[in-house]
Amino acid sequence: MSSTFETVAGIISETADIPREQITPESHAIEDLGIDSLAFLDIAFAIDKAFGIKLPLEQWTQEVNEGKAPAEEYFVLKNLVARIDALVAAKQA
Amino acid sequence: MRLEYFEMIDRVTTLDRETKRIEVSSVVPQESPVFEGHFPGHPLVPGVLLTETMAQASGYLVLGVMGFTHMPFLMGVDKARFRTFVGPGTVLNVTAQLEHEGSGYAVTKARITAEGKPICDAELRFRIMPFPEGMDGLMRAQARRIGLLEETV
Repeated sequence: MSSTFETVAGIISETADIPREQITPESHAIEDLGIDSLAFLDIAFAIDKAFGIKLPLEQWTQEVNEGKAPAEEYFVLKNLVARIDALVAAKQA
Repeated sequence: MRLEYFEMIDRVTTLDRETKRIEVSSVVPQESPVFEGHFPGHPLVPGVLLTETMAQASGYLVLGVMGFTHMPFLMGVDKARFRTFVGPGTVLNVTAQLEHEGSGYAVTKARITAEGKPICDAELRFRIMPFPEGMDGLMRAQARRIGLLEETV
């Protein structure tokens, strides 16, 4: 698994007090791990700091609420990790 | 300050939008119903109201930096430390620094001093949301009361 996933899983485990072994790339942050919106903002802050990026949570939430994107696209961890990698790459470009 | 009305900020001294820092002043009232219970014969400002004071300074900072487009709601208090007692008549200097502007949230570090001595400090987190209907005007009125609007927006 990627170092990005390992970092994100560690952040989720520590921030949301979820045993690390329960967190997999297939985990849905909300449906599988039970992370609520408040806890997810704490996780977003830790991710922002760790990777030097700004997760576009407002845009993602709007897209999900308007039916333009399924929640899985952003909140299944392997997809979240891919978006973090893309944001990091865009920042370095 | 009017503790019982949660008006914790008397005056904005400085708002620097470049460095994203605010400084405000407040004077603890000589009398308040709060002191009748906290504590009888030994009036002290409750730590929770000092936290609210830091949160309001941070909130006005976020409002000022964002140009009153959204409302910050307190969602987290981390690393809060209360270092000494605060009694009636104390002149408080409150500073807040915007540490991180996330998407839909913001993080500040705030501290209160009196005569240069540390009173308390904390890291505060806010959810940033559209104004509930009617709250925009109320916040602008409060900001005007404490001298924020004429300086910034």
